[in-house]
Amino acid sequence: MATALDMDRVFAALADATRRDIVVRAIAGGEGVAELASHYPMSFAAVQKHVAVLERAGVVTKQRFGRRKVVRTDIEGLRVAQRLLDRYEELWRGRIDRMTVLIQDIRDTKEAKP
Amino acid sequence: MTVTAVEKHPDTLSMTITAEFEAPPERVWQLWADPRQLERWWGPPIYPATVDSHDLRPGGRVEYHMTGPEGDQPRGYWDIVMADPPRSLVFRDGFANEDGTPNTDLPDTESRVTIEQVGDGRTRMSLESVFPSAEAMEQILAMGVEDGFKQAIGQIDAILAEDQVAQA
Repeated sequence: MATALDMDRVFAALADATRRDIVVRAIAGGEGVAELASHYPMSFAAVQKHVAVLERAGVVTKQRFGRRKVVRTDIEGLRVAQRLLDRYEELWRGRIDRMTVLIQDIRDTKEAKP
Repeated sequence: MTVTAVEKHPDTLSMTITAEFEAPPERVWQLWADPRQLERWWGPPIYPATVDSHDLRPGGRVEYHMTGPEGDQPRGYWDIVMADPPRSLVFRDGFANEDGTPNTDLPDTESRVTIEQVGDGRTRMSLESVFPSAEAMEQILAMGVEDGFKQAIGQIDAILAEDQVAQA
């Protein structure tokens, strides 16, 4: 289980559009930092920094393939975000259930009146 | 099933939940616009909500508190961004200090409610929430988590009941 600190890191890491794009590209896991950097109008160093933020959050990992190091998305990191959203969904499902009961209750009361 | 669709986007930290009700849009709007009705659904059963002030006009504010089983009273507020009865409501949902003033240390959540008639006395309501951070989400869930807890207990009870039947 991830800790609250991990979650904050995951969300902070995903709060940036470039980093989200890197996460999507790194699902395929075939590119190193240099190749990733070629997709963006920014320096290699800037992209390297973004990758480092994602790495610290556990969203991506660097894996060695022979002489190359590729950046690969760690799906588990995204699952943490998914789990939080799952819990939020439950909160709203509870609220909507209560709304439904409330609409039904008030209609029943009105119909019961002569 | 009242809830008809749920869309979750972990990458942008947003969720849209859609539900349908057997009632006209005006009736569904009342769930938000009438503070006495609002407090019957906003809080989970063991954290009931009390609405302290309620102004659902653009620029207005709704203030509420919840009462927990230990007597704890977390407070929250909505800042109304847009209100178009009975069709739509946009508000920022935040946490308040004990004196009711907004707690600016915690980020708020933007929620957009859309209500539309789908024919034959049915109404579709969708709610889109966008979270600025995990911190906001954790806080919101801390207030609503009791629901999940109760459900978990219900599930345990169901499993125990099944076991007893199996043993009999």
